[in-house]
Formats: sequence, C-alpha cells, structure tokens
Amino acid sequence: MFEFLSDLFGSQIIAAFISAALPLVFIVPFVIFAVWLERKVSAHMQDRLGPMRVGWHGWLQTIADFFKLLQKEDIVASDTDKKFFNVAPYIVFAGTYLVFAALPFSSAYIGTSLDIGLFYIIAVSGLVVIGILMAGWASNNKYSLYGAMRSAAQIVSYEIPTAIVILSIVMFTGTLSLSEISDNQTAYFWNWYIFGGPDWGLTKFLVLPFMIIGFLILYISTLAEVNRTPFDMPEAESELVAGYHTEYSGIKFSMFFLAEYGNMFAVSAIVSVIFFGGYQSPIGYLGDALAANWLIPFEQLFWFAAKGIFFVFVQMWLRWTLPRVRVDQLMTLCWKYLIPYSIVNLIIIGIITLI
Amino acid sequence: MNIYDIIFYLFAAITLVSGFFVVSTKNIVHAGFYLLFTLFGVAGLYVLLGADFIAIVQLLVYVGGILILLLFGVMLTNKITSVDLRSGTSYIIPAVIGVGILWGALTAVLFKTSWRSKAPSGMDPTTSEIGRLLITDYVLVFELLGILLLVALIGAASIARRDKE
Repeated sequence: MFEFLSDLFGSQIIAAFISAALPLVFIVPFVIFAVWLERKVSAHMQDRLGPMRVGWHGWLQTIADFFKLLQKEDIVASDTDKKFFNVAPYIVFAGTYLVFAALPFSSAYIGTSLDIGLFYIIAVSGLVVIGILMAGWASNNKYSLYGAMRSAAQIVSYEIPTAIVILSIVMFTGTLSLSEISDNQTAYFWNWYIFGGPDWGLTKFLVLPFMIIGFLILYISTLAEVNRTPFDMPEAESELVAGYHTEYSGIKFSMFFLAEYGNMFAVSAIVSVIFFGGYQSPIGYLGDALAANWLIPFEQLFWFAAKGIFFVFVQMWLRWTLPRVRVDQLMTLCWKYLIPYSIVNLIIIGIITLI
Repeated sequence: MNIYDIIFYLFAAITLVSGFFVVSTKNIVHAGFYLLFTLFGVAGLYVLLGADFIAIVQLLVYVGGILILLLFGVMLTNKITSVDLRSGTSYIIPAVIGVGILWGALTAVLFKTSWRSKAPSGMDPTTSEIGRLLITDYVLVFELLGILLLVALIGAASIARRDKE
C-alpha cells in the first residue's frame, strides 16, 4: 500500500501521511454506524423504537449528535491537571488506532503486514490502559479515579487469558502474522480454525472442541478488555457516574467514544481473524465465479467488516441481556476460572499439535 | 531528507524531551506519565534499527507492564502523590565528578566501537531467528531465566498470602 502511494504521489512523506490516515476512513463511519446500532438494538430489546426522527429509522441521529458534540463548550474543571487532562483522550484513541495499523482488512489492504502482528496488537493495548489511568487521575475526581483503577486492574488481568489463548493458536498455526493466519483459512468455512483448521485428518477432529473452548475464553476476556457489560465496572453508571470520563465534555468525550467503539471492532476483528477466517469468504468468491479478479479484495473487505460487525452486535446483545458482575466476581472469573482453563487448553492444543 | 530521518528525529526528540521532564518534574505521577513517552520513543528507535521484536517487547514489558504497575502503586498509596520530589541541585561536586566519569566512559565507548551501519532497507523478519537461537545456542540461559522468573512468582505469591494466618 505504502509503495503504491509513494509511486502515485512521488513523495514518501505524503504517502506516509496518507497511509497513516487511511484507517480513519473506516473507523469514523463504523463508529457512527455502531452507536446508532447500539441504540436501536437496546431499544428493540426493551420493546422501544429508539431514535426514529432523524432520517429513516433515525440513521442520521448519530451524525447529528456528532456535530452537536463538536459544537459543545469544552469544559475543563479548575482543579484538574490541565496538561494530562487534555492529552489523555488522545492517548486512549492513539492506543486504539495503533491496533488498526496491523489489522488485515483484505488481501489488498493491510496497514503494515507485520511478521509479529498478533504480538504487536497485544503490546499496544497497554497504551489504552495508561491513557485511562491518566484521564482518571488528571480529572481529580474520586469517581474518575476509581473508574480508572478498576479499568486498569481489569484490562491487565484479562490480558493474561487473552494472551494464553492467542499463544495456543500461535502454537497450532506456527505463525504470528495476521495475514498468514487469514490466508491459511481460505476457501470454505470448515477450514476456519474454530473448526480445527484447513488440514483434514485426525488432528482436525481432536482439536475442534478445544478450539471452541479457546474461542469462548478469548471472547469473554476481550469483552472484559473493552470494558463492555457484563464487565463494565470502570464506568458502572449506577456507582461511578461515568467512571474515568465523568469530567470530559465535547470533543474530548467524543474521543473516548471513538476509542471505545473502535476497540470493540478491533477485538471483534481479532477474534474473527483467529477463529473465523478473517477476510476469507465462508462460501467462495463471486469474483472467482465471474472470472473478475479485481472483485475479490472488495468482497474480502465486505466479509471482514461483516464478521467484525457481527461480533460487535453480539457484544451489544450481551450488554442488554446480562446484569453487571461485582468487582470480586470479575477477578474470580479471571484468575480462578479463565486463566487455569486457558492454560490447560494451551497444553492440550500443544500436545495435539505435536501428534 | 528521507522519511526515515524525519521519523528518527521525531522519536529522538520525544525521547529526550520527555526524559528531561521525567527527571525535572516535582510530581511523581507526572514523572510516571512522562516516562510513557520516553519508553514509546525508545521503542520507535528500535523499530528504525530493524529490531521489531525488541521494540514490541519494550512496549509490552515496560509500557504495558512495569509502567502500569508503577502508576498503580503510586496511586494506591495516596500519601506519595502529594509529596514534592526534590529535583533541585545538591552535592554539586560529587555529582559533577560522577556524571563526568560516566559521560567520559560513554563517549569513549561511542568512538571506539566500530559501528556496523546499515541503510534502512525495510524489515527483515527477526522472530524466527531469535526463537531458533533461544532453543539452540542460548537454551541454558533461557531455561535458567525461566526458573528465575518462576522463583520470583512463587515468592511474590507467598509474600502476598502470608498475613492471612
């Protein structure tokens, strides 16, 4: 991508800026869509209609809200730590944005085809934690600080089962590269790693139940990592007002919103790349049938977005179905159940990989 | 000017400026947050050297682990956050001597080493080579480090449990 752009513009500097800004073209429309979807899903699950006035079934509502947020006064309370208070939302968003650099959107577009993409994604999520801690501490507000501490504790703990499940997949596939993992699961959906991977034989059927266990553990812990219900302790509105972003308004608040929804898509995309084939179509390509090769990357982009949005939808579904857990239950679930199970799963998948 | 040069100077500036703030600030939490930018800048420099694995380990271990623990510890002990750190000058003569010796040693090493300079030529994959070396040439060191970490983990767990009895 970068080479193509630098040929097009004749300058590496312009090409670098453009290729760095490309994921925004995806994130902003996605977030606008996802916020609308969240409101519609929640409304329909509670037997309401949700936003209906602005556009067809209210689809322009989030765009209107976005412009409202942009115009709002940027309130900074007098006792906050100004410097870090102002920087924190952008650091949180930068942490989210860095993940998008390594996501394989289609075989034609991947920000940087890193050899160690999965490892990179685990590593940059630390930036989000620091941003949240910074926001909570700089707000100089008890609720914000509590929210930030809970969030940091939760994300750091749930990173362990996530990393262990990812490690078991890395052992099974023998690669850390996200595009290589996607390419392995080509053709039909029974080649996805959730169904035991592309190689037919005894291994496929032996590993299948453990892949499903791995998927469940990974999905639960990514849910906790993006602070979604039932694990939304950091912003539990009945206890903490709004957690770490209580004091924020206007454009900075919308930065947190962008980061939260962007993160939801990022973790859903990682789950879909690891277990559900990433950008690979489950039923073959239209481009192959029509002998139109240029169509395939667009179809892949469609499948990637569709799988990601499906898992985002499941996250919303869970949010409006399950009650919030307590802090001690949250930590019990992580340390006493998910981590031991994921370690056992890792060992079993390792043994199956060897035979 | 090459794009890599611009990126290098950017990361170098981030590292140096934030590093200066880490040592000059009076607030310990501020120092922790500035450290984020220093560590991030160093990770960027590693990437420019073609050491992608080290860069990511730097982010994972220092930013994702140690820095968060550090900030967490500071925030949980509320008496520390309001204490003013002394960042003025004291013991000028010993400090000048000590820093001078260190500076001399570093510059001597800098000029005596024959650097293998390599033009920035994209990324060569390093991970598989590191992995191969870890389980062949350096397997003993690797295993010993593993045991050391295990001992540290067990020690931490036993210290955390002790006061329950």
